[in-house]
Amino acid sequence: MLEALEGSQAIARAVALCRPDVVAAYPITPQTHIVEALSRLVAQGDMKTEFVSVESEFSAASVVLGAAAAGTRAYTATASQGVLLMAEVLFNIAGLRVPLVMTVANRAVSAPLSIWNDHSDSMAVRDSGWIQLHCADNQEAVDTTIQAFRITQETELPVMVCMDGFVLTHTFEPIDLPTQDAIDGWLPPLEFSRKLDPGDPKSLGTLVSPDFFAEVRHSHHAAMTKALSVIGEVDEAWSALTGRSCGGLLEVSGDPAARIGILAMGSTCGTIQTGMEHAAGEVGSARLIKLRAFRPFPADALRAACEGLDHLIVIDRAISPGLGGVVGTEVAATLADVPGAPRIHNHALGLGGRDIPETIYADLMATVTDPDSPAFSVFDADMEKLDPEDR
Amino acid sequence: MSTEGQDAARLAELRQKFGREPLPPREGEAEQSPRDAQPRFRGLESGHRACQGCGEALAARLVMECAGPDVMIANATGCLEVFTTAWPQSAWRVPWVHSLFENAAAVASGMEAAMKAKGRNTKVLAFGGDGGTYDIGFQALSGMLERYHNVLYVCFDNEAYMNTGIQRSSSTPHAATTTTSPAGKERMGKRHLKKDLLSIIAAHHIPFAASASVAYAADLQRKVRYAMGVDGPTFLVVHSPCPLGWRHASAMTIEVARRAVECGLFPLVEIERGAVTNVMPIRDVRPVTDYLSLQGRFAHLMKDADSRAAEERAHLQALADYNIEVFGLRGDSPDAADTTGTAVVGRSGRPAGRI
Ligand SMILES: Cc1ncc(C[n+]2csc(CCOP(=O)(O)OP(=O)(O)O)c2C)c(N)n1
Ligand code: SF4
Ligand SMILES: [Mg+2]
Repeated sequence: MLEALEGSQAIARAVALCRPDVVAAYPITPQTHIVEALSRLVAQGDMKTEFVSVESEFSAASVVLGAAAAGTRAYTATASQGVLLMAEVLFNIAGLRVPLVMTVANRAVSAPLSIWNDHSDSMAVRDSGWIQLHCADNQEAVDTTIQAFRITQETELPVMVCMDGFVLTHTFEPIDLPTQDAIDGWLPPLEFSRKLDPGDPKSLGTLVSPDFFAEVRHSHHAAMTKALSVIGEVDEAWSALTGRSCGGLLEVSGDPAARIGILAMGSTCGTIQTGMEHAAGEVGSARLIKLRAFRPFPADALRAACEGLDHLIVIDRAISPGLGGVVGTEVAATLADVPGAPRIHNHALGLGGRDIPETIYADLMATVTDPDSPAFSVFDADMEKLDPEDR
Repeated sequence: MSTEGQDAARLAELRQKFGREPLPPREGEAEQSPRDAQPRFRGLESGHRACQGCGEALAARLVMECAGPDVMIANATGCLEVFTTAWPQSAWRVPWVHSLFENAAAVASGMEAAMKAKGRNTKVLAFGGDGGTYDIGFQALSGMLERYHNVLYVCFDNEAYMNTGIQRSSSTPHAATTTTSPAGKERMGKRHLKKDLLSIIAAHHIPFAASASVAYAADLQRKVRYAMGVDGPTFLVVHSPCPLGWRHASAMTIEVARRAVECGLFPLVEIERGAVTNVMPIRDVRPVTDYLSLQGRFAHLMKDADSRAAEERAHLQALADYNIEVFGLRGDSPDAADTTGTAVVGRSGRPAGRI
């Protein structure tokens, strides 16, 4: 049954359906509505969980780490500065390979202070060893959240579900929430293989000498690579349950015959899609690639998705100053050894909440034919606002 | 998933395997001595890599003996973590997790929440050094106490960051030298005071907070047993000499720890819901120099030629006198529970003082 729900409310309800044993979170815009909604569900008795109202994101991450290590299902959510404050724990959670789920309501990182959306926060912890999935709309965010609980159990890797702050978290949309029975049947009980248990004592997080460290990292990388197929399988199993797919690792849409492709993550995909529907007549149509799994990075699927393209526009919602776009750079590296690979046009867009209008589609398409178009740009930066020496 | 019954059987088996066999009663002894009646659980095994005479290793073993097998531990980064676990070995006989330097209290909070969610009463312990407790993990600890998690937090206080090579912490005593508070022409060791952490803990009005010392094993274990029985947050700071960092002979660990208590610099107190409810009286108060002179970290205070040395000694004596005054530590008459009585072990092996 469809319900009109704010993105954050929908996420809270989806989390409740997964019956986490322990939830710990600290408020930060634009994630706040999620913590508040969860608190209300607990207060009303609609959700049975140990809700730990911590004194910081650092403790939120540490609490769910402890809860997961003790063998229970755990959940947290944060954004922006919260992600950065958690950073040390996030690497630790992944290194310990404990299963848990976290929502990131993507927001820019200070300074300058901005509460608005971009992907700087989750990008900053891209190498932490978490699975990172990006959601294009609120239904996908709900579906991905529930899928994440199953992925984390099957892989024993933590899963970060990224959804654009405000654009998704604060937007009302008709949402189909599965029934409790459906989820109870679909999501098996958590059995963490290395859980802390007085009946079978283990030491977790020991000191590791150089004799073993490389092997630990290799096995983490191997586990992430194996997770590629799990992400796909879980999405298929979800589709069998609900009839909806989130696209697995990535989803290709638009004009399959087009020689120009546009790749994006998150809600930008919808804007591009609509822009194309309006402007295809004037500027031509494109193949759209929605990258859902950013970590593990789906290199093979990406190569297949780009076959036959002459140009690929890659949209980044964050910037690595001194390099350019992270997604763009990774896509270029992935396609580097493909004969006849498309030329990459990498643009950072919508930083710090700058509105991305539908007309962006036509503007982006125009860069492809512009011989002076740079390999990377902050596409919507208005040079008129800058001193000449800063341009 | 194992049932409670199976768990109990497994725990009994572990207790049998790793606990010491209770001794048969001695001839002519009607009841078992309390020590024999309490089979010792070896939660922390020997064979780890601590330095000889490490106070922290001893303190942790004493804590584990009374904590028993039905516990799980969150351990902060520090010497205890490093010397007990070097993959693929571990000295722990209980479930144990090390996450980071500053989050042991928060990880323990999560473990306790997990036990609550599962309806189990496995007690969660959090272990940290003074750095992980007084300094970098302080916020997480305060949060854990405020949220009233059923966790026993034990701080092994060796008064510096030992694991990284003896740097000052906010628990380092005034005038002690460390590698980041060296003595020199301009400095007489640490310029600031040792943080009065116990008072800050007391301000959280938790059910039980206490200081203890490795020199007084029976007293330390009594406090652990008491805290284990409390359903709520409890805190124990255990004075744990570090021969390497304090620069005293390895064989002197207990003597050094005892003198810290006997001179009043490390008072042993118990605090319940914010109020001091018990202290260990000092039978024969010693001058602080008896304590300082055993340790290289205070060697610069023992130089007669340096006038600043006498000044700092007087300063430390004043701090000790202040403790004795505010906690009423001077024993009026010999008492089985005072610093001398508690340390005496009766001929039966029974501690002469309280247990
Ligand atoms: C965030 C962070 N900063 C610094 C360190 C380095 N470090 C590891 S242990 C330690 C000192 C530990 O001191 P303490 O807590 O007193 O324990 P001890 O080794 O003395 O028992 C430091 C500074 C770290 N691990 N993490
Ligand atoms: S340095 Fe000190 S605390 Fe660390 S193991 Fe050695 S004696 Fe123990
Ligand atoms: Mg220390």
